[in-house]
Amino acid sequence: MPELKSRLLQALIAIFGVLTIVFFIMRLSGDPTLLLVPDGATAEQIAALRHALGFDRPLLVQYGAYLLDLARLDLGESLVQHAPVAGIVAERIPYTMALAGGALLVALGVGLPAGLAMAVWRGTWLERALAGFVLAGQSLPTFWSGLLMILFFGVYLGWLPTSGSDDLASLVMPSVALGAITMSSFARMTRIAVLDELSRDYVAAGRARGLSYGAVILRHVLRNAAIPVVTIAALEVGNLLAGAVIVETVFAWPGIGQLAIQSIASRDFLVVQTIVLFVSMVYISMNLLADLAYGVIDPRIRRDR
Amino acid sequence: MRRISWGTALIFAGLLAFMVAAVGADVFASNDPLRQSLLLRLRPPGTATATAYFPLGTDDLGRDLLARILYGARASLMVAALSVSVSLLVGVTLGLMAGWFGGWVSIIAMRAVDTMLSIPAILLAVLTVAVLGPGFFNLVLVLGLTRWPRYTRVAYAQTLQVAALPYVRAAEMAGCGPGRILLRHVLPNIAGPLMVVATSEFGLMILFEASLSFLGLGIQPPYPSWGSIMSVGRQYVVRAWWLTAFPGACLFGVVLCVNLFGDWLRDRVDPRSQGR
Repeated sequence: MPELKSRLLQALIAIFGVLTIVFFIMRLSGDPTLLLVPDGATAEQIAALRHALGFDRPLLVQYGAYLLDLARLDLGESLVQHAPVAGIVAERIPYTMALAGGALLVALGVGLPAGLAMAVWRGTWLERALAGFVLAGQSLPTFWSGLLMILFFGVYLGWLPTSGSDDLASLVMPSVALGAITMSSFARMTRIAVLDELSRDYVAAGRARGLSYGAVILRHVLRNAAIPVVTIAALEVGNLLAGAVIVETVFAWPGIGQLAIQSIASRDFLVVQTIVLFVSMVYISMNLLADLAYGVIDPRIRRDR
Repeated sequence: MRRISWGTALIFAGLLAFMVAAVGADVFASNDPLRQSLLLRLRPPGTATATAYFPLGTDDLGRDLLARILYGARASLMVAALSVSVSLLVGVTLGLMAGWFGGWVSIIAMRAVDTMLSIPAILLAVLTVAVLGPGFFNLVLVLGLTRWPRYTRVAYAQTLQVAALPYVRAAEMAGCGPGRILLRHVLPNIAGPLMVVATSEFGLMILFEASLSFLGLGIQPPYPSWGSIMSVGRQYVVRAWWLTAFPGACLFGVVLCVNLFGDWLRDRVDPRSQGR
Protein backbone atom coordinates (compact mmCIF):
# COMPACT_ATOMS: atom_id res chain seq x y z
CA MET A 1 0.00 0.00 0.00
CA PRO A 2 2.34 2.79 -1.15
CA GLU A 3 -0.57 5.23 -1.16
CA LEU A 4 -1.32 4.64 2.54
CA LYS A 5 2.35 5.07 3.40
CA SER A 6 2.71 8.40 1.64
CA ARG A 7 -0.52 9.67 3.19
CA LEU A 8 0.68 8.68 6.66
CA LEU A 9 3.99 10.41 6.01
CA GLN A 10 2.16 13.56 4.91
CA ALA A 11 0.08 13.50 8.08
CA LEU A 12 3.20 13.07 10.21
CA ILE A 13 4.87 16.03 8.51
CA ALA A 14 1.75 18.11 9.12
CA ILE A 15 1.68 17.12 12.83
CA PHE A 16 5.35 17.99 13.19
CA GLY A 17 4.74 21.30 11.41
CA VAL A 18 1.82 22.18 13.68
CA LEU A 19 3.90 21.44 16.80
CA THR A 20 6.68 23.64 15.46
CA ILE A 21 4.40 26.55 14.56
CA VAL A 22 2.69 26.47 17.97
CA PHE A 23 6.09 26.34 19.72
CA PHE A 24 7.26 29.47 17.95
CA ILE A 25 3.97 31.33 18.34
CA MET A 26 4.18 30.80 22.11
CA ARG A 27 7.61 32.49 21.99
CA LEU A 28 6.60 35.38 19.72
CA SER A 29 6.21 37.74 22.65
CA GLY A 30 9.86 37.20 23.62
CA ASP A 31 9.45 35.68 27.07
CA PRO A 32 6.94 32.83 27.44
CA THR A 33 7.35 32.98 31.24
CA LEU A 34 5.28 36.16 31.21
CA LEU A 35 2.43 34.26 29.54
CA LEU A 36 2.34 31.69 32.31
CA VAL A 37 2.72 33.62 35.55
CA PRO A 38 -0.40 34.66 37.40
CA ASP A 39 -1.01 38.39 37.68
CA GLY A 40 0.94 40.18 40.39
CA ALA A 41 4.03 37.96 40.49
CA THR A 42 7.26 39.60 41.67
CA ALA A 43 10.42 39.80 39.55
CA GLU A 44 12.11 37.11 41.67
CA GLN A 45 9.16 34.76 41.29
CA ILE A 46 9.22 35.25 37.54
CA ALA A 47 12.97 34.61 37.37
CA ALA A 48 12.63 31.48 39.50
CA LEU A 49 9.80 30.22 37.32
CA ARG A 50 11.74 30.97 34.14
CA HIS A 51 14.56 28.80 35.46
CA ALA A 52 12.23 26.06 36.71
CA LEU A 53 10.48 25.81 33.34
CA GLY A 54 13.76 25.96 31.44
CA PHE A 55 12.93 29.12 29.49
CA ASP A 56 16.48 30.41 30.18
CA ARG A 57 17.94 27.62 28.06
CA PRO A 58 18.82 28.05 24.35
CA LEU A 59 15.82 27.97 22.04
CA LEU A 60 16.81 24.72 20.33
CA VAL A 61 17.18 22.92 23.66
CA GLN A 62 13.72 24.16 24.66
CA TYR A 63 12.34 22.97 21.35
CA GLY A 64 13.81 19.50 21.86
CA ALA A 65 12.46 19.31 25.40
CA TYR A 66 9.03 20.45 24.18
CA LEU A 67 8.89 17.73 21.53
CA LEU A 68 10.10 15.10 24.01
CA ASP A 69 7.44 16.09 26.55
CA LEU A 70 4.72 15.92 23.92
CA ALA A 71 5.99 12.56 22.68
CA ARG A 72 5.48 11.28 26.23
CA LEU A 73 2.04 12.96 26.19
CA ASP A 74 3.19 15.24 29.00
CA LEU A 75 1.34 18.49 28.33
CA GLY A 76 2.56 20.25 31.44
CA GLU A 77 0.91 21.66 34.51
CA SER A 78 -1.32 24.71 34.67
CA LEU A 79 0.23 27.32 36.93
CA VAL A 80 -3.13 29.00 37.39
CA GLN A 81 -5.18 25.99 38.38
CA HIS A 82 -2.33 23.87 39.79
CA ALA A 83 -3.48 20.79 37.92
CA PRO A 84 -2.28 18.83 34.88
CA VAL A 85 -3.36 20.58 31.69
CA ALA A 86 -4.38 17.32 30.04
CA GLY A 87 -7.04 16.74 32.70
CA ILE A 88 -8.39 20.28 32.53
CA VAL A 89 -8.90 20.03 28.78
CA ALA A 90 -10.12 16.41 28.76
CA GLU A 91 -12.90 17.32 31.18
CA ARG A 92 -14.38 19.75 28.62
CA ILE A 93 -13.94 17.65 25.47
CA PRO A 94 -17.23 15.68 25.82
CA TYR A 95 -19.22 18.93 25.79
CA THR A 96 -17.58 20.11 22.58
CA MET A 97 -18.05 16.68 21.02
CA ALA A 98 -21.75 16.77 21.87
CA LEU A 99 -22.03 20.23 20.32
CA ALA A 100 -20.10 19.24 17.19
CA GLY A 101 -22.26 16.10 16.92
CA GLY A 102 -25.46 18.14 17.19
CA ALA A 103 -24.19 20.60 14.59
CA LEU A 104 -23.22 17.78 12.24
CA LEU A 105 -26.69 16.30 12.64
CA VAL A 106 -28.30 19.65 11.76
CA ALA A 107 -25.91 20.13 8.84
CA LEU A 108 -26.49 16.67 7.37
CA GLY A 109 -30.21 16.62 8.10
CA VAL A 110 -30.84 19.92 6.33
CA GLY A 111 -27.91 20.12 3.92
CA LEU A 112 -28.28 16.76 2.19
CA PRO A 113 -32.01 17.01 1.35
CA ALA A 114 -31.54 20.64 0.33
CA GLY A 115 -28.67 19.77 -2.00
CA LEU A 116 -30.56 16.85 -3.49
CA ALA A 117 -33.67 18.95 -4.06
CA MET A 118 -31.59 21.70 -5.68
CA ALA A 119 -30.14 19.20 -8.15
CA VAL A 120 -33.35 17.31 -8.92
CA TRP A 121 -35.55 20.38 -9.32
CA ARG A 122 -32.88 22.36 -11.14
CA GLY A 123 -34.06 25.63 -12.66
CA THR A 124 -37.30 25.82 -10.69
CA TRP A 125 -38.32 28.35 -8.04
CA LEU A 126 -37.55 25.71 -5.41
CA GLU A 127 -33.89 25.64 -6.42
CA ARG A 128 -33.67 29.42 -6.30
CA ALA A 129 -35.29 29.55 -2.87
CA LEU A 130 -33.00 26.85 -1.51
CA ALA A 131 -29.95 28.52 -3.09
CA GLY A 132 -30.82 31.71 -1.23
CA PHE A 133 -31.21 29.75 1.98
CA VAL A 134 -27.84 28.06 1.50
CA LEU A 135 -26.14 31.33 0.68
CA ALA A 136 -27.59 32.95 3.80
CA GLY A 137 -26.37 30.05 5.93
CA GLN A 138 -22.90 30.49 4.49
CA SER A 139 -22.73 34.21 5.24
CA LEU A 140 -24.31 34.17 8.71
CA PRO A 141 -21.88 35.08 11.46
CA THR A 142 -22.46 32.35 14.08
CA PHE A 143 -22.48 34.79 16.97
CA TRP A 144 -25.17 36.89 15.32
CA SER A 145 -27.46 34.01 14.43
CA GLY A 146 -26.84 32.65 17.92
CA LEU A 147 -27.82 35.91 19.59
CA LEU A 148 -30.88 36.30 17.36
CA MET A 149 -32.04 32.82 18.30
CA ILE A 150 -31.51 33.57 21.99
CA LEU A 151 -33.55 36.73 21.53
CA PHE A 152 -36.41 35.03 19.67
CA PHE A 153 -36.67 31.45 20.98
CA GLY A 154 -35.15 32.06 24.40
CA VAL A 155 -36.36 35.49 25.46
CA TYR A 156 -39.43 36.26 23.31
CA LEU A 157 -41.02 32.82 22.99
CA GLY A 158 -39.33 31.27 26.02
CA TRP A 159 -39.16 27.85 24.36
CA LEU A 160 -35.49 27.09 24.85
CA PRO A 161 -32.93 27.87 27.56
CA THR A 162 -30.74 30.85 26.60
CA SER A 163 -27.46 29.40 27.87
CA GLY A 164 -25.84 26.69 29.93
CA SER A 165 -25.73 22.93 29.54
CA ASP A 166 -28.43 21.55 31.82
CA ASP A 167 -30.32 19.34 29.39
CA LEU A 168 -30.67 18.35 25.77
CA ALA A 169 -32.85 21.37 25.01
CA SER A 170 -29.93 23.71 25.69
CA LEU A 171 -27.99 21.93 22.93
CA VAL A 172 -30.51 22.84 20.23
CA MET A 173 -29.68 26.49 19.54
CA PRO A 174 -25.88 26.14 19.71
CA SER A 175 -26.08 23.20 17.31
CA VAL A 176 -28.16 25.13 14.79
CA ALA A 177 -25.88 28.20 15.02
CA LEU A 178 -22.73 26.12 14.60
CA GLY A 179 -24.18 23.83 11.94
CA ALA A 180 -25.41 26.55 9.56
CA ILE A 181 -22.14 27.08 7.67
CA THR A 182 -21.46 23.34 7.44
CA MET A 183 -25.02 22.83 6.24
CA SER A 184 -24.29 25.20 3.35
CA SER A 185 -21.19 23.36 2.25
CA PHE A 186 -23.02 20.02 2.45
CA ALA A 187 -25.86 21.37 0.34
CA ARG A 188 -23.45 22.76 -2.26
CA MET A 189 -21.43 19.56 -2.41
CA THR A 190 -24.50 17.34 -2.61
CA ARG A 191 -25.97 19.45 -5.38
CA ILE A 192 -22.82 19.24 -7.50
CA ALA A 193 -22.33 15.53 -6.82
CA VAL A 194 -25.95 14.68 -7.70
CA LEU A 195 -25.85 16.84 -10.85
CA ASP A 196 -22.68 15.03 -11.94
CA GLU A 197 -24.33 11.66 -11.45
CA LEU A 198 -27.65 12.62 -13.08
CA SER A 199 -25.90 13.22 -16.40
CA ARG A 200 -24.47 9.70 -16.52
CA ASP A 201 -25.61 6.90 -18.78
CA TYR A 202 -26.78 4.59 -16.02
CA VAL A 203 -29.54 7.05 -15.13
CA ALA A 204 -30.94 6.84 -18.66
CA ALA A 205 -30.40 3.06 -18.62
CA GLY A 206 -32.33 2.72 -15.40
CA ARG A 207 -35.17 4.84 -16.74
CA ALA A 208 -35.20 2.76 -19.98
CA ARG A 209 -35.48 -0.39 -17.91
CA GLY A 210 -38.68 1.03 -16.51
CA LEU A 211 -37.50 2.30 -13.14
CA SER A 212 -39.18 5.43 -11.94
CA TYR A 213 -37.11 8.59 -11.68
CA GLY A 214 -37.40 8.49 -7.89
CA ALA A 215 -36.19 4.89 -7.73
CA VAL A 216 -33.15 5.66 -9.91
CA ILE A 217 -32.23 8.54 -7.65
CA LEU A 218 -32.77 6.69 -4.40
CA ARG A 219 -31.10 3.44 -5.40
CA HIS A 220 -28.31 4.49 -7.73
CA VAL A 221 -27.63 8.20 -7.86
CA LEU A 222 -27.51 8.78 -4.10
CA ARG A 223 -25.12 5.93 -3.56
CA ASN A 224 -22.62 7.34 -6.05
CA ALA A 225 -23.12 10.94 -5.03
CA ALA A 226 -22.40 10.04 -1.40
CA ILE A 227 -18.70 9.55 -2.07
CA PRO A 228 -17.52 13.16 -2.30
CA VAL A 229 -19.98 14.17 0.40
CA VAL A 230 -18.61 11.68 2.94
CA THR A 231 -15.11 13.05 2.52
CA ILE A 232 -16.37 16.58 3.06
CA ALA A 233 -18.13 15.42 6.24
CA ALA A 234 -14.84 14.27 7.74
CA LEU A 235 -13.16 17.58 6.96
CA GLU A 236 -16.05 19.57 8.40
CA VAL A 237 -15.63 17.99 11.84
CA GLY A 238 -12.38 19.94 12.23
CA ASN A 239 -14.11 23.17 11.22
CA LEU A 240 -16.92 22.52 13.68
CA LEU A 241 -14.46 22.11 16.56
CA ALA A 242 -12.83 25.43 15.64
CA GLY A 243 -16.15 27.21 15.22
CA ALA A 244 -17.08 26.02 18.70
CA VAL A 245 -14.79 28.73 20.14
CA ILE A 246 -17.32 31.39 19.21
CA VAL A 247 -20.58 29.49 19.60
CA GLU A 248 -19.63 28.23 23.06
CA THR A 249 -18.84 31.78 24.14
CA VAL A 250 -22.26 32.99 22.95
CA PHE A 251 -24.21 30.23 24.70
CA ALA A 252 -21.93 29.75 27.74
CA TRP A 253 -21.52 26.11 26.68
CA PRO A 254 -18.74 24.57 28.82
CA GLY A 255 -16.64 22.99 26.05
CA ILE A 256 -13.03 23.50 25.02
CA GLY A 257 -13.86 26.65 23.03
CA GLN A 258 -15.17 28.46 26.07
CA LEU A 259 -12.22 27.04 28.05
CA ALA A 260 -9.78 28.52 25.51
CA ILE A 261 -11.25 32.01 25.84
CA GLN A 262 -11.44 31.76 29.65
CA SER A 263 -7.85 30.56 29.75
CA ILE A 264 -6.67 33.53 27.70
CA ALA A 265 -8.39 35.82 30.19
CA SER A 266 -6.82 34.02 33.16
CA ARG A 267 -3.45 33.87 31.34
CA ASP A 268 -3.36 30.07 31.38
CA PHE A 269 -1.55 29.68 28.09
CA LEU A 270 -0.58 26.05 28.41
CA VAL A 271 -4.29 25.22 28.32
CA VAL A 272 -4.73 27.33 25.16
CA GLN A 273 -1.73 25.65 23.57
CA THR A 274 -3.11 22.21 24.39
CA ILE A 275 -6.50 23.05 22.88
CA VAL A 276 -4.93 24.31 19.65
CA LEU A 277 -2.79 21.17 19.43
CA PHE A 278 -5.76 18.91 20.16
CA VAL A 279 -8.03 20.44 17.53
CA SER A 280 -5.24 20.41 14.96
CA MET A 281 -4.56 16.73 15.63
CA VAL A 282 -8.25 15.90 15.21
CA TYR A 283 -8.25 17.93 11.99
CA ILE A 284 -5.23 16.10 10.58
CA SER A 285 -6.59 12.67 11.54
CA MET A 286 -9.93 13.51 9.94
CA ASN A 287 -8.13 14.54 6.75
CA LEU A 288 -6.28 11.26 6.71
CA LEU A 289 -9.45 9.33 7.47
CA ALA A 290 -11.29 11.11 4.65
CA ASP A 291 -8.59 10.21 2.14
CA LEU A 292 -8.55 6.59 3.21
CA ALA A 293 -12.36 6.34 3.32
CA TYR A 294 -12.46 7.64 -0.23
CA GLY A 295 -10.58 4.59 -1.44
CA VAL A 296 -12.71 2.20 0.62
CA ILE A 297 -16.06 3.59 -0.50
CA ASP A 298 -15.15 4.00 -4.15
CA PRO A 299 -13.50 0.92 -5.67
CA ARG A 300 -12.70 2.84 -8.87
CA ILE A 301 -10.22 5.01 -7.02
CA ARG A 302 -8.48 2.02 -5.48
CA ARG A 303 -7.91 0.51 -8.90
CA ASP A 304 -6.74 3.74 -10.47
CA ARG A 305 -4.02 4.27 -7.92
CA MET B 1 -20.27 44.69 -22.71
CA ARG B 2 -22.57 42.26 -21.06
CA ARG B 3 -25.78 43.46 -19.51
CA ILE B 4 -25.72 43.44 -15.76
CA SER B 5 -28.75 41.94 -14.06
CA TRP B 6 -30.68 43.59 -11.27
CA GLY B 7 -29.28 41.13 -8.78
CA THR B 8 -25.72 41.96 -9.71
CA ALA B 9 -26.45 45.66 -9.55
CA LEU B 10 -27.81 45.14 -6.04
CA ILE B 11 -24.59 43.39 -4.97
CA PHE B 12 -22.51 46.27 -6.29
CA ALA B 13 -24.78 48.76 -4.55
CA GLY B 14 -24.36 46.90 -1.28
CA LEU B 15 -20.59 46.83 -1.53
CA LEU B 16 -20.50 50.47 -2.56
CA ALA B 17 -22.67 51.43 0.43
CA PHE B 18 -20.26 49.60 2.73
CA MET B 19 -17.24 51.40 1.28
CA VAL B 20 -18.91 54.80 1.34
CA ALA B 21 -20.06 54.28 4.95
CA ALA B 22 -16.55 53.24 5.96
CA VAL B 23 -14.72 56.05 4.18
CA GLY B 24 -17.21 58.76 5.02
CA ALA B 25 -17.94 57.68 8.60
CA ASP B 26 -17.11 61.12 9.98
CA VAL B 27 -19.39 62.82 7.46
CA PHE B 28 -22.44 60.63 8.06
CA ALA B 29 -22.18 60.26 11.83
CA SER B 30 -23.84 63.18 13.52
CA ASN B 31 -22.46 62.24 16.94
CA ASP B 32 -18.99 61.41 18.21
CA PRO B 33 -18.77 57.57 18.45
CA LEU B 34 -16.65 57.80 21.62
CA ARG B 35 -18.69 60.39 23.46
CA GLN B 36 -20.37 58.88 26.50
CA SER B 37 -23.46 60.12 28.17
CA LEU B 38 -24.41 57.96 31.11
CA LEU B 39 -27.81 59.61 31.45
CA LEU B 40 -28.70 58.26 28.00
CA ARG B 41 -27.73 54.61 28.50
CA LEU B 42 -29.40 51.90 26.41
CA ARG B 43 -31.96 54.20 24.76
CA PRO B 44 -34.01 52.53 22.00
CA PRO B 45 -33.77 53.54 18.33
CA GLY B 46 -35.31 56.88 17.51
CA THR B 47 -34.47 58.54 20.81
CA ALA B 48 -34.22 62.32 20.52
CA THR B 49 -33.02 64.81 23.08
CA ALA B 50 -32.87 68.58 22.94
CA THR B 51 -29.36 68.49 21.48
CA ALA B 52 -28.93 65.11 19.77
CA TYR B 53 -30.80 62.47 17.81
CA PHE B 54 -30.00 58.75 18.06
CA PRO B 55 -31.63 56.98 15.08
CA LEU B 56 -30.39 53.54 16.15
CA GLY B 57 -30.39 54.15 19.89
CA THR B 58 -27.46 54.17 22.31
CA ASP B 59 -25.19 51.56 23.89
CA ASP B 60 -24.40 50.74 27.53
CA LEU B 61 -22.34 53.92 27.94
CA GLY B 62 -24.81 56.17 26.15
CA ARG B 63 -22.82 56.35 22.90
CA ASP B 64 -24.58 56.80 19.55
CA LEU B 65 -25.01 53.36 17.97
CA LEU B 66 -25.26 54.67 14.40
CA ALA B 67 -21.95 56.50 14.74
CA ARG B 68 -20.34 53.41 16.24
CA ILE B 69 -21.62 51.21 13.43
CA LEU B 70 -20.28 53.62 10.80
CA TYR B 71 -16.86 53.78 12.44
CA GLY B 72 -17.06 50.01 12.92
CA ALA B 73 -17.46 49.67 9.15
CA ARG B 74 -14.25 51.66 8.78
CA ALA B 75 -12.38 49.33 11.17
CA SER B 76 -13.79 46.31 9.38
CA LEU B 77 -12.82 47.57 5.92
CA MET B 78 -9.32 48.61 7.02
CA VAL B 79 -8.53 45.33 8.77
CA ALA B 80 -9.88 43.27 5.88
CA ALA B 81 -8.16 45.29 3.13
CA LEU B 82 -4.80 45.43 4.88
CA SER B 83 -4.73 41.80 5.94
CA VAL B 84 -5.82 40.59 2.50
CA SER B 85 -3.00 42.67 1.00
CA VAL B 86 -0.43 41.18 3.37
CA SER B 87 -1.56 37.60 2.82
CA LEU B 88 -1.89 38.11 -0.94
CA LEU B 89 1.69 39.38 -1.10
CA VAL B 90 3.10 36.55 1.00
CA GLY B 91 1.01 33.80 -0.55
CA VAL B 92 1.46 34.79 -4.19
CA THR B 93 5.21 35.30 -3.82
CA LEU B 94 5.60 31.83 -2.32
CA GLY B 95 3.30 30.25 -4.90
CA LEU B 96 5.03 31.87 -7.88
CA MET B 97 8.44 30.83 -6.61
CA ALA B 98 7.31 27.29 -5.82
CA GLY B 99 5.75 26.92 -9.26
CA TRP B 100 8.71 28.38 -11.14
CA PHE B 101 11.68 26.90 -9.32
CA GLY B 102 10.09 23.59 -8.37
CA GLY B 103 12.36 21.14 -6.54
CA TRP B 104 12.92 21.72 -2.85
CA VAL B 105 11.41 25.23 -3.00
CA SER B 106 8.06 23.77 -3.98
CA ILE B 107 8.36 20.89 -1.51
CA ILE B 108 8.98 23.23 1.42
CA ALA B 109 6.36 25.75 0.32
CA MET B 110 3.63 23.17 -0.23
CA ARG B 111 4.39 21.34 3.04
CA ALA B 112 4.16 24.70 4.82
CA VAL B 113 0.78 25.24 3.13
CA ASP B 114 -0.48 21.84 4.32
CA THR B 115 0.70 22.55 7.85
CA MET B 116 -0.88 26.00 8.02
CA LEU B 117 -4.15 24.57 6.75
CA SER B 118 -4.03 21.88 9.45
CA ILE B 119 -4.53 24.46 12.20
CA PRO B 120 -8.07 25.82 12.04
CA ALA B 121 -7.69 29.50 11.13
CA ILE B 122 -9.77 30.96 13.91
CA LEU B 123 -7.86 29.03 16.60
CA LEU B 124 -4.51 30.01 15.11
CA ALA B 125 -5.60 33.64 15.12
CA VAL B 126 -6.96 33.39 18.68
CA LEU B 127 -3.70 31.88 19.98
CA THR B 128 -1.46 34.36 18.18
CA VAL B 129 -3.46 37.44 19.12
CA ALA B 130 -3.59 36.21 22.72
CA VAL B 131 0.20 35.85 22.82
CA LEU B 132 1.01 39.13 21.05
CA GLY B 133 -1.76 41.12 22.69
CA PRO B 134 -4.82 42.51 20.93
CA GLY B 135 -4.97 45.68 18.88
CA PHE B 136 -5.40 46.91 15.33
CA PHE B 137 -1.81 46.37 14.18
CA ASN B 138 -1.45 42.87 15.65
CA LEU B 139 -4.84 41.91 14.23
CA VAL B 140 -3.76 42.82 10.68
CA LEU B 141 -0.41 41.13 11.18
CA VAL B 142 -1.91 37.90 12.51
CA LEU B 143 -4.68 37.63 9.90
CA GLY B 144 -2.26 38.58 7.12
CA LEU B 145 0.40 36.08 8.13
CA THR B 146 -1.94 33.17 8.80
CA ARG B 147 -4.24 33.38 5.77
CA TRP B 148 -1.75 33.10 2.88
CA PRO B 149 -1.87 29.32 2.10
CA ARG B 150 -4.87 29.41 -0.24
CA TYR B 151 -3.16 31.98 -2.49
CA THR B 152 -0.01 29.87 -2.53
CA ARG B 153 -1.97 26.81 -3.61
CA VAL B 154 -3.72 28.60 -6.45
CA ALA B 155 -0.64 30.55 -7.57
CA TYR B 156 1.44 27.36 -7.54
CA ALA B 157 -1.00 25.32 -9.62
CA GLN B 158 -1.57 28.15 -12.09
CA THR B 159 2.12 28.96 -12.44
CA LEU B 160 2.87 25.33 -13.25
CA GLN B 161 0.33 25.49 -16.08
CA VAL B 162 1.40 28.86 -17.44
CA ALA B 163 5.13 28.21 -17.18
CA ALA B 164 4.84 25.44 -19.76
CA LEU B 165 3.20 27.73 -22.35
CA PRO B 166 5.26 28.77 -25.41
CA TYR B 167 5.14 32.51 -24.71
CA VAL B 168 6.83 32.01 -21.36
CA ARG B 169 9.51 29.86 -22.99
CA ALA B 170 9.95 32.62 -25.57
CA ALA B 171 10.39 35.24 -22.87
CA GLU B 172 12.94 33.02 -21.19
CA MET B 173 14.90 32.59 -24.41
CA ALA B 174 14.78 36.33 -25.00
CA GLY B 175 16.81 36.60 -21.81
CA CYS B 176 14.27 37.58 -19.17
CA GLY B 177 15.22 36.75 -15.60
CA PRO B 178 12.86 34.83 -13.30
CA GLY B 179 11.68 38.01 -11.56
CA ARG B 180 10.68 39.70 -14.79
CA ILE B 181 9.02 36.59 -16.21
CA LEU B 182 7.03 35.92 -13.05
CA LEU B 183 5.88 39.50 -12.50
CA ARG B 184 5.39 40.67 -16.09
CA HIS B 185 4.39 37.50 -17.90
CA VAL B 186 3.05 34.93 -15.43
CA LEU B 187 1.31 37.04 -12.79
CA PRO B 188 -1.03 38.93 -15.17
CA ASN B 189 -2.20 35.62 -16.58
CA ILE B 190 -3.00 34.04 -13.26
CA ALA B 191 -4.51 37.16 -11.66
CA GLY B 192 -8.11 36.11 -12.33
CA PRO B 193 -8.25 33.00 -10.12
CA LEU B 194 -6.20 34.84 -7.48
CA MET B 195 -8.78 37.64 -7.38
CA VAL B 196 -11.52 35.06 -6.82
CA VAL B 197 -9.61 33.68 -3.84
CA ALA B 198 -8.89 37.20 -2.56
CA THR B 199 -12.59 38.06 -2.67
CA SER B 200 -13.62 35.06 -0.63
CA GLU B 201 -10.76 35.76 1.78
CA PHE B 202 -11.92 39.38 2.07
CA GLY B 203 -15.31 38.19 3.30
CA LEU B 204 -13.63 35.77 5.71
CA MET B 205 -11.36 38.52 7.06
CA ILE B 206 -14.39 40.71 7.81
CA LEU B 207 -15.91 37.75 9.68
CA PHE B 208 -12.63 37.03 11.50
CA GLU B 209 -12.21 40.64 12.57
CA ALA B 210 -15.75 40.69 13.93
CA SER B 211 -15.34 37.29 15.61
CA LEU B 212 -12.06 38.18 17.28
CA SER B 213 -13.44 41.54 18.40
CA PHE B 214 -16.52 39.72 19.72
CA LEU B 215 -14.18 37.51 21.77
CA GLY B 216 -12.37 40.60 23.05
CA LEU B 217 -9.22 39.87 21.04
CA GLY B 218 -9.67 42.34 18.19
CA ILE B 219 -10.27 46.08 18.10
CA GLN B 220 -10.04 47.26 21.70
CA PRO B 221 -12.50 49.52 23.51
CA PRO B 222 -13.34 52.34 23.37
CA TYR B 223 -12.87 52.09 19.58
CA PRO B 224 -15.91 50.57 17.87
CA SER B 225 -16.05 47.33 15.91
CA TRP B 226 -19.15 45.42 14.87
CA GLY B 227 -17.92 42.43 16.84
CA SER B 228 -17.28 44.29 20.07
CA ILE B 229 -20.62 46.14 19.87
CA MET B 230 -22.29 42.73 19.66
CA SER B 231 -20.34 41.35 22.59
CA VAL B 232 -21.81 44.19 24.66
CA GLY B 233 -25.14 43.41 23.02
CA ARG B 234 -24.85 39.85 24.30
CA GLN B 235 -24.76 41.10 27.91
CA TYR B 236 -27.83 43.26 27.34
CA VAL B 237 -29.61 40.95 24.92
CA VAL B 238 -32.87 41.11 26.89
CA ARG B 239 -32.89 44.87 27.49
CA ALA B 240 -31.35 46.21 24.28
CA TRP B 241 -31.98 44.13 21.16
CA TRP B 242 -30.73 46.94 18.90
CA LEU B 243 -27.12 46.46 20.07
CA THR B 244 -27.18 42.97 18.56
CA ALA B 245 -29.56 43.36 15.64
CA PHE B 246 -28.09 46.35 13.75
CA PRO B 247 -24.35 45.61 13.72
CA GLY B 248 -25.10 41.94 13.02
CA ALA B 249 -27.36 42.83 10.11
CA CYS B 250 -24.59 45.03 8.66
CA LEU B 251 -22.04 42.26 9.05
CA PHE B 252 -24.37 39.70 7.48
CA GLY B 253 -25.24 42.01 4.59
CA VAL B 254 -21.64 42.88 3.80
CA VAL B 255 -20.42 39.30 3.96
CA LEU B 256 -23.35 38.18 1.82
CA CYS B 257 -22.54 40.82 -0.81
CA VAL B 258 -18.86 39.89 -0.80
CA ASN B 259 -19.70 36.19 -1.23
CA LEU B 260 -22.15 36.93 -4.06
CA PHE B 261 -19.57 39.19 -5.69
CA GLY B 262 -17.08 36.31 -5.41
CA ASP B 263 -19.49 33.94 -7.18
CA TRP B 264 -20.08 36.52 -9.90
CA LEU B 265 -16.34 37.08 -10.33
CA ARG B 266 -15.71 33.33 -10.52
CA ASP B 267 -18.26 32.95 -13.29
CA ARG B 268 -16.57 35.76 -15.22
CA VAL B 269 -13.05 34.40 -14.72
CA ASP B 270 -13.90 30.74 -15.30
CA PRO B 271 -16.99 30.36 -17.51
CA ARG B 272 -16.97 26.59 -16.99
CA SER B 273 -17.99 27.07 -13.38
CA GLN B 274 -21.17 28.92 -14.40
CA GLY B 275 -24.19 27.93 -12.40
CA ARG B 276 -22.21 25.68 -10.14
